[in-house]
Amino acid sequence: MAANSHGKTNGSTRWVGTRPVRPDGVDKVTGRARFGADVHLPNMLVGKVLRSPHAHARIHSIDTSAALALPGVKTVVTRDDFNDLPSEFVPAGEMLINYRDVVRNVMAREKALFEGHPVAAVAAVSEKVAREALARIKVDYEVLPHVLDVVEAMAPEAPLLHEDLITAGVEPAPTTPSNVAKVVEFKLGDVEAGFAEADIVIEREFSTQPVHQGYIEPHACIANYSEDGQAELWCTTQGHFVVRGHCAKLLGMDVSKLRVTASEIGGGFGGKTVVYLEPVALMLSRKSGQPVKMTMSREEVFQASGPAAGTRVWAKVGMTNAGRITAGEAVLKYQAGAFQGSPVQPGCMCAFAPYDLAHVKVVGYDVVVNRPKVAAYRAPGAPQSEFAVESIIDELAKRIGMDPVELRLKNAAKEGTKAAYGPTFGPVGLVETLEEAKAHDHYRTPLKPGQGRGVASGFWFNIGGETCATLNLGEDGTIALVAGTPDIGGSRASLCLQAAETLGVDVERIRPLIGDTSTLGYTFLTGGSRTAFASGMAVIEAARDMIRQLCERAAKIWDIPVDAVEWIDGEARPAGSNAGEFEPLSLADLARLAGKSGGPFVGRAQINAQGAGPSFGTHIVDVDVDRETGRVTIERYTVIQDAGKAVHPSYVEGQLQGGAVQGIGWALNEEYIYDDKGRLQNPGFLDYRIPVCSDVPMIDTVIVEVPNPTHPYGVRGVGETPIVPPMAAIANAVEGALGLRFTDLPMSPPRVLKALGDARVPKAA
Amino acid sequence: MAKAHVTTTVNGDAVEFLCDAEQTLLDVLRDELYLTGSKEGCASGDCGACSVIADGRLVCACLMLGVEAEGLAIETIEGMADGDQLHPLQTKFLEHAALQCGVCTPGFLVAAKSLLERNPDPTEIEVRYWLAGNLCRCTGYDKIVRAVLDTAEEMRGG
Repeated sequence: MAANSHGKTNGSTRWVGTRPVRPDGVDKVTGRARFGADVHLPNMLVGKVLRSPHAHARIHSIDTSAALALPGVKTVVTRDDFNDLPSEFVPAGEMLINYRDVVRNVMAREKALFEGHPVAAVAAVSEKVAREALARIKVDYEVLPHVLDVVEAMAPEAPLLHEDLITAGVEPAPTTPSNVAKVVEFKLGDVEAGFAEADIVIEREFSTQPVHQGYIEPHACIANYSEDGQAELWCTTQGHFVVRGHCAKLLGMDVSKLRVTASEIGGGFGGKTVVYLEPVALMLSRKSGQPVKMTMSREEVFQASGPAAGTRVWAKVGMTNAGRITAGEAVLKYQAGAFQGSPVQPGCMCAFAPYDLAHVKVVGYDVVVNRPKVAAYRAPGAPQSEFAVESIIDELAKRIGMDPVELRLKNAAKEGTKAAYGPTFGPVGLVETLEEAKAHDHYRTPLKPGQGRGVASGFWFNIGGETCATLNLGEDGTIALVAGTPDIGGSRASLCLQAAETLGVDVERIRPLIGDTSTLGYTFLTGGSRTAFASGMAVIEAARDMIRQLCERAAKIWDIPVDAVEWIDGEARPAGSNAGEFEPLSLADLARLAGKSGGPFVGRAQINAQGAGPSFGTHIVDVDVDRETGRVTIERYTVIQDAGKAVHPSYVEGQLQGGAVQGIGWALNEEYIYDDKGRLQNPGFLDYRIPVCSDVPMIDTVIVEVPNPTHPYGVRGVGETPIVPPMAAIANAVEGALGLRFTDLPMSPPRVLKALGDARVPKAA
Repeated sequence: MAKAHVTTTVNGDAVEFLCDAEQTLLDVLRDELYLTGSKEGCASGDCGACSVIADGRLVCACLMLGVEAEGLAIETIEGMADGDQLHPLQTKFLEHAALQCGVCTPGFLVAAKSLLERNPDPTEIEVRYWLAGNLCRCTGYDKIVRAVLDTAEEMRGG
């Protein structure tokens, strides 16, 4: 069983590619690991948020006097406590956010824009008192018409969320406001000419529902603001440096006065790249002079933290009878939620990225609706657009009777392909994943009667970015590794492996730590599948810095030139016989001699990592459909993906398996259900049903390794790509089983039953 | 209203605490006894992150009141290892990389221990249905199921 082997994956590295037990593992199996809500401070208050019961309402006044009069209530905050901020876009993961909107999302100002929008918050001596205080706050709302659907929101008569929102990206600029925040367009070649070359053209409309990241740990933090204007914040986040920046901006603080510590994080998937409670907790703590702890309930997580965008996608693909794709065109309409900034741009860029096409045109609309502001969710924007394109590719293959893997191979992007969104790919592994798919036992095993098989491929860019790391050599020769990217799925293990590989020492001698914002230079968040790649590069650079220092020290001790010293297998050696005869000095020897020979050793790196190689994947799925209940059962599932180089293969497999199962939920069950007043009807895990253990089979994985040339060990990010193919793969499999093509997600039992019912209706009727 | 005085046993130790009538066992464990290994993922019994064993029964601590712990023997994740010896399930979860973020892990371990105490030789299907009350969003469950099956085999002396 691959998952249980502890050997190397190839012979060229000693540590990279092995499967040691993760360094933070014991804390996580004993309950010792401290997550966002697991800390208690002396004199701590409990903070709670009052949320709008309306999807869209003007807030005329907020009366907090009765709440403040309640014994045990220490302070209340509302919009009046936060300064308004001008429009300014800043990166948040792979998406952009605007501070004008962040301050409004954290605490409603003129209007409440979705059910669950924070309107006020209290800090009190207990949760019980805090709840009672919330009930005493009087808010005068003027309820306004709301809009949830992206197409309805684009209509001229739609209720306006922001009276000053003028569509960007169109010339000439509109003179009247609308709910369309932005229009983006990507073009390559001439699609009309491309479609003219086609023998077959298929166009279809697709829809996807908003889905939540569904991390099991709700948002939580503790803020401790001191009278001297300094503050500490402990929170569950994918990026504590980013949290520091956002909070300092919203509270008008110097970043140096705010020290943020990332707790262990109980899942994020992109959803913990932004701030919700943190600025509010800091404000409550500033006003009360006491530490304030805040946690969201699961209901609050669903109502007020970011889902992935619900979408409408129209796509059109042309192909010759020989299976050459001649053109692709798509129009993407993405829900942004209450504030602009849906991932429609990456959606446009990814739509046709798996294919080597001469003619592509994609237009995207970023549309505000009365729902919570969307947040990044694993390859933000890509699953929705690639679902549409990969569904049509499957239909085209069936139309000409060509194997769908073969059709993809004929058109696959490879090294040298110019992507429609601009760049020319370096070495990429799509062809390799398709070849593996074709050869895989899963693809060759005959289906049982009634079952269907689907395949789909997927693409995600991956990112690098600003990253720091430090290696502190202890006096006994062991090393403390300090990284700035919160460890969301085992990255401390992969960083230690890369450090051990570079230094040539046993991985057990390296102990990792995620440093707080004062211990390292600015480090961008864990997102964009960048951690094993970018923090890995920083750790390797820090290890090389330490090796330079160690070689210099050995040269000094031996009294020879530094270029006569080399570092091999964890020790300094004289380089060749001309350098002289000296016993090698190991890392432990040099650590022991540090004080007497010139002082301690600290390896540092501060980099802006570039050249994150994109990752392609191909998924194969077999489904069975119960024609009486409409339930789709996943019978077998295989994920094949290019990892560049799998640093810790078990955790790479874990990313592939986890992403696939999230995709299964997106395809088959997950959706937000609203009533006619715009109130969420299923804000809990009972009615918003993510896949449970009995819903899924084992998820087989094949790791393809096409090295990324910019990383010393060839690493590419792997975390996001696996959520891209499942929706189309499953829809293609369901089509195979039923002969019915589903273009609207989720393919939940009621929808499948309805489609089956429709199919039984005679065509003449 | 005055708080209730409750006498119970947690991980083999006699424990007394005071709690409000509406406080759940999970609130008491986390906020009064500072046993934060049991996690709150939903507070509605849907995610299993707060799984504990009460007098031999696997329960969600968020669905029990603190006062209901009176006289019971409560087992939490903090009592799973024997001194410095990890329970075989804990060891196998680490070997199989059966956790990513780790927030659901305490609940899975407590639930899996309860399964193996009842059924030392479960099938994959039995493991999947027993653990269907524990949500994991990171792993896709594959490595968790493998770890439990492997532990069962090892504990049977296989």
